[in-house]
Parts: sequence; C-alpha cells; structure tokens
Amino acid sequence: MELSTVWFLLIAVLWTGYLVLEGFDFGVGMLLGILGRGDRAAKDRDRRVMINTIGPVWDGNEVWLLTAGGATFAAFPEWYATLFSGFYLPLLLILLALIVRVVAFEWRGKIDDDRWRGWADRALVVGSWVPAVLWGVAFANLVRGVELDAEHQYVGGFFALLSPFALLGGALTALVFLTHGAVFLALKSDGDVRARAGAFAARSSVATLLVGGIWAVWAQIAYSVAWTWVAVVVAALALVALVLATRARREGQAFVASAAAIVAVVVLIFGSMFPDVMPALDPANSLTVDNASSTDYTLTVMTWVAAFLTPLVLLYQGWTYWVFRKRISGHHIPAHTGLTFARAGAEPR
Amino acid sequence: MDALDLARWQFGITTVYHFIFVPLTIGLAPLVAIMQTFWVRTGDERWLRLTKFFGKLLLINFAIGVATGIVQEFQFGMAWSEYSRFVGDVFGAPLAMEALAAFFVESTFLGLWIFGWDKLPRKIHLACIWAVAIATNLSAYFILAANSWMQHPVGATYNPETGRAEMTDIGAVLSNNTLLAAFPHTISAAFLTAGTLVAAIAAWWMVKLVRAGREDDARSVYRPAVILGVVTMLVSGAGVAISGDAQAKLMYEQQPMKMSAAEAICQTTDGGAPFSILAIGDLSDSCEGVAHLIEIPGLTSFLAHGDLTTPLPGVEDLQAQYEETYGFTDEAGDPISYQPNLAVTYWSFRLMIGFGVGSAALALVALWVTRKGRVTGNVWVSRLAVAALATPFLASAFGWIFTEMGRQPWVVAPNPNPSGVDGVWLLTARGVSTVTGPGTILTSLVAFTLLYGVLAVLWYKLMHRYAVEGVAASEKDPSPDNPANRPDPDDESTDRPLSFAY
Repeated sequence: MELSTVWFLLIAVLWTGYLVLEGFDFGVGMLLGILGRGDRAAKDRDRRVMINTIGPVWDGNEVWLLTAGGATFAAFPEWYATLFSGFYLPLLLILLALIVRVVAFEWRGKIDDDRWRGWADRALVVGSWVPAVLWGVAFANLVRGVELDAEHQYVGGFFALLSPFALLGGALTALVFLTHGAVFLALKSDGDVRARAGAFAARSSVATLLVGGIWAVWAQIAYSVAWTWVAVVVAALALVALVLATRARREGQAFVASAAAIVAVVVLIFGSMFPDVMPALDPANSLTVDNASSTDYTLTVMTWVAAFLTPLVLLYQGWTYWVFRKRISGHHIPAHTGLTFARAGAEPR
Repeated sequence: MDALDLARWQFGITTVYHFIFVPLTIGLAPLVAIMQTFWVRTGDERWLRLTKFFGKLLLINFAIGVATGIVQEFQFGMAWSEYSRFVGDVFGAPLAMEALAAFFVESTFLGLWIFGWDKLPRKIHLACIWAVAIATNLSAYFILAANSWMQHPVGATYNPETGRAEMTDIGAVLSNNTLLAAFPHTISAAFLTAGTLVAAIAAWWMVKLVRAGREDDARSVYRPAVILGVVTMLVSGAGVAISGDAQAKLMYEQQPMKMSAAEAICQTTDGGAPFSILAIGDLSDSCEGVAHLIEIPGLTSFLAHGDLTTPLPGVEDLQAQYEETYGFTDEAGDPISYQPNLAVTYWSFRLMIGFGVGSAALALVALWVTRKGRVTGNVWVSRLAVAALATPFLASAFGWIFTEMGRQPWVVAPNPNPSGVDGVWLLTARGVSTVTGPGTILTSLVAFTLLYGVLAVLWYKLMHRYAVEGVAASEKDPSPDNPANRPDPDDESTDRPLSFAY
C-alpha cells in the first residue's frame, strides 16, 4: 500500500478516535442544560455529577483533534491548507467554542458563586453544541464535494457550505453526540442522573436512527461508492441496536452500539472521499491522496513515529478509563471550596 | 489594512497571548513535581500543602494555555495557508510529533494527577505529575524545532516542480543548531518565570505572616518555597544569559540583519560595534535620524563574535546585499525592504534583556533575607516581590516579538551562511491565505482579541485570588491526603466523596 494511503487511513483513525471520545464529552456538555432538575442546589449537584463523569478524560480526548490536525499538516499539507483556509469561519466558531469550553471545565469550580457557575455552564453548553453541529456540517461538505479551483483553492464562499445535505449532517452529529453522551452518562453515573440519562437516550436514539438513516443513505446514493454500503448497513444495525439497548437500559451495550455507529459513519465519510482527500465539484480539481500528500521521506518518518507512539497512547489512555471506572453519583460530589472573589478577611489565617 | 497586515496582527496577538501562560506551565509543572517529590520522600506535610497550593495555580494557568494553543495549530492553515503549502512537508512533522509524543501525555496524565489523589498509589500519582512536567518540556522542544526551522531552514530542499520545501533529513531538523540554542534559552526563561512566581508569592506570604506575628508558620511553610523559587531563578537566570549569548552569536551568523537592526546599526562599523543602551529618533522608517545616546563600546561585537573589534555590517549594506541575492522588487513590482521594523527590534531586544534581569534583584534580596534559617517581615521585600512578578512574563513576550519581528520580511528566513539550504525561503507576504478576505480575518481578529481580553481578566483574578488565599485554600481540600481531614482508618467504605471534583 502507498504510504499516502496509509496516512489517509491513519487520519481517518484519528478522527474516529476524536469523534468517538470527544463525542461523548460533547454530549455530556450538551446535556448539562437538559438533565439537571430541581432547585438550584440539586441542579448544581446534578451538573457536577455530569461534568465529573468526563472530568479526568475530556482533555485527553481533545488531543485526538490536535493530532488529527497536526497529522494532516504533516502528511497532506495541501489538504490542510485548502481545508482550513476554505472553512475559515466555521473553524473560527469551533475554535471559539473549544476555548470557552476548556477554561469553563477547569475554572468552574474554582469560585463558589452561582453567577460564576452560571457563566461556566453556559460556556460548557454552547462550547459543546457549536462544534457538535459544525463538525457534521464540515464532514458532510467533504462527502458532497466543494468548489475548488484549478489551484486547489476553495472558492465556494461561506454560504455554499450550508446546503441541505450539510445541515442535515450537522443535525446528525448533534444527535449522535447527544445520544452518545446520554448513553455514556447512564453508564458512568448513578442515581437520578443515570435514570434521566437512560430515559433521554431511549428517546434520542430513535431520532438519531431516523436522521442518521436518512443522511447515510443520501450520502451513499448521491456521493459514495459501492463498498461503503457495508458501512451504511453497519451504521444502521448499530443504530437499531442502540435503540433496543437504550430501551432495555443495557448501558454497556448501548455505549458499544453508539460508538460502533460513529465508527461506521466515519468509515462511510472517508470511504466516500477516497482516493480524494477533498473532492471538488469539478473532479479535475480534486485534492487526492497523491496530489495533496507530503513526500515519501516525510511520510516514512511520520509512519515510524506513529507506529511507535499510537499503541502507547491507546495504552495509557485506556488505563485512564480503567482508573476512573467507578460510577459517580450525587453523594460523591464534595462540597464547594467556598472561595469567592471577595476576600473573606484581611487577616492572615 | 489588507489581509496580510490583519493576519500578521492576529498571529502576533494570539502568539504573544499564548506565550504568557506557556512559560509558566513549562516551569511550574516541574516545580510542583519537585514539591510533591519532597513530600513523598520525606512525608513532610508542608510540602504537600505547597504542592496543592502551587498545583492550583498551575491548573488555572494550564487551562488557558491549552485553550489558546489550539488556535496556534489551526491558524497556520486558516490564515497562512500558502505558508502551510510551502512548508508542510517539513514544518508539519514536528507539529504532529508534538501532539503524538507530548500533548497526549500532558493532557492524559494531568487528568490522572488532578483526579487521582485517592485513586492511585502515591508513587504512581507522583509519576503522573512528572510525566506532565517532562511532556510540557518535550512540547516546547518540538514547537521550537518547528520555529527554528523557520529561522534557519535545514534538512530540506526546494523542489521547483512542486514549488515547495521538502524534507530530506529529519535528524537535521531536530538537531538544528538554532534549535539547540533556542531550546535552553526558552526553557531557562520558563523556569525563571515559574521560579519568580513561586519565590514572589512565597516571599509575599512570608512577610505577611511575620508581620502578623506568625513567624513559625512563615519559616516552616513559606521559607522553603522562597528558597526553592530563588534557587530556580538563579540557575535558570544563568541559563538564560549563557544560552542567550550563544543565540546572539548564531543570530549574527544566520540572520545578520536581525542583529544589526536590534542595534540600529545603519552603516557598517569601523572596528568593534558598541552596544547601544539608548537611542532616539525615528527608528521605524529609515536609519536617518537615529542617534545613539548611551553606548558600551565593543559589546555588540562581543555578543556577535566573542571579541571587541570585529566590525558589524550595517542595515543599509545588508539591504543592498539582499537585493542582489533575492531581488529588488516583488511580483507587484514594488521594492522589497529586507529591513525589519527598527523601532520594534531595537526596543524589544532591550526590553527583553532589561526585564529578564528584573527578577535578579528579588532573587538576591530574597536569598539574603532568608539566609541561615531567617525570615523577614520587611514590607519592602514583599513590594519587591510583587514588582518582580511581572518581569519574566514581559521579558518572554518581548523576546518572542524580537525573534519573530526581527526575521521580517521573511516567514522562512534565507541562510546566508554556508550550512544553509539553497532556495528554501519565503517572504511573509507570500505565506498568507489567498482565499481569505480581509473581512474574514478582521472578524476573527476582533473575536479573538475580545475573548482573550475577557479571559485574561478572569485568569488574573483567579491567579490573584488563589495566591492571596495561600496554602489555607488547600486546607479546605477534602482530599484524604490532606492532613486536616484524613478519613477514619477503620472506614472501609470506598463510597466516600471524591478527593477532587470540578
């Protein structure tokens, strides 16, 4: 196999890791505003249960994105350049969302004040919804093909990115992540949050199946090749299994099903593009694994690096999930630090 | 302003902003790891309290460093896509390596450290913070490898068919002599920053406690932190000076224009070039009207060559040389100025050095007042500590402004020296994205600036609030490691509250 094809597969793997892992922590963030119930204190406790199910891992999950970005830069500079400059405004929104999301996670509990937490929660909710929708829009555009000129520059403008197919793709990722997050919460929490997350997943999985089915068949028929029917079928089966498992409250199975559905959709997306990395509406202008890739020397170097380090990353990230395998419920949540911006007393303690 | 100017402003703002937090993280993670090591090895609980205290400051800072780092990686493709096309084959490699080798480790093990206090055996938990500390430094290595390549491209060749630079030797990229000089300089500066923060906050608290009549607390908890900070400052301060000298010599060899611009030397000197401490006049447009007021004879020649008498080429003579080699006009027919902005390079170089020694006064005073087990309640010590706090941050910022602005108009600088690579260079003006209009870049520039402004205020408020709370904040920590509330040893239940939760 050509090294450029290997790197196409590796980048697909990195995106798979990113969407499966950060997919559920986006989902948890999106659910913050939906699943908390009761008075202010109860709501805050529920939200903290939710946030702490992903607390130790969300940062590691996000690095999959940075690695996918870095790998694209190194292995397919032309793809990186055209994609990132062409999709400038959606990426800007994603970046702004990710920025507020990161600091909100880490800073939320540092100050014991309802307004402070309110802002942090808003940042977490918006910071999770915006990328969840926009990643779907971006990938749908890659499946559909975009307007590239002979120099491989994107010349379609911003509004061309908002076709019905792309918007449906955005709805799909939002629904998938919402369900994936609810399933993860049901698996990782206990008590009220677990029950509510399970009930939510049982309903949202049906919507996910509907939208996912329509989008996948549309993508397959309009833009893909014969063999990716396999991915469509697997995605459909996984989504059906997801509906059944969430209805039966089989939390582990439901999580495997939603993860499998995401994997199948990524296979469909990347399978439909190949051998293009960025299909153009005029196929003569498409960026392909050949004309977008780095030299063989660079790809060889990077292949060694990836072959050595990727298993290691999987190993220690896997270990993290094992260390924090326990379910979290309301009574595990410690009291707030009690620290506010106003100094308690001028006297040293 | 056109897209180029806006993209340059955006890159400058986002980079300088990112680099407020990064040096502190790079230096503070190892210092927190050292504090925790002292605790694990000696069982001395004041080190645990200090670990938790400075650990909180580390985490507040780490979050914003990560958040702004994502922008750094993406904006090469967004605003500088032609640059990315030209260099991706070479420049992308260290970037991808950073993510795979360092950033995964940092973020994964930081999560383990934050939440793992009661879930991991002590030594494994300690290993987690060391993994974070080592990985942050490794990150810096890869990023500086990428940046050094822009300053001094090696291990690559220009392919006229594809019109881009292509890598020929990864070993050369990762052992670039520019990198080997920049890495110790940047890392030393990072440790100086973190050492100053630790020493300054601890000294401020020491004075405060002594004045409140709690000399014993000052001595037992904060004095060791002052000493740890001061020792770090002295060692790293020496590292900054020595590595800076090595860098200056390389800079003269590789980027003579930057050196001469930094000294506002317009005409080639007769004999040794002096080091100018103060110059006046309009430095930005041309050399005319530059008047050097205070100078140390021969020092710049010494910085560049190691002797006092070798002449240095002037900016105007270098301009003529560059025109011969790289052309008089650009594609649009406009003349190319190969001269960086004189005012920016001249002043940023001085401010970097000036602020860099700003911590030295605190280090020496703190060392004196804590000699032989002493503590002090002298209010001037705490005032000095507060004043010194900002200096390494400012020095780092001006250092980067100097490094990057001094390279202009190049984004990938050419190599006049024999070890350089033929043909691998790129003017900044040709690196900017061609499909991204000024309106788009202006939108992002405004959005980033506003958001960064708000976050800077919040970061400062949080850091300040936690600093003035002192180790008392860690006493409210419900961790079972916390001596204040260790769980009942007979309690076998594993269902107690988390040691740490967001």
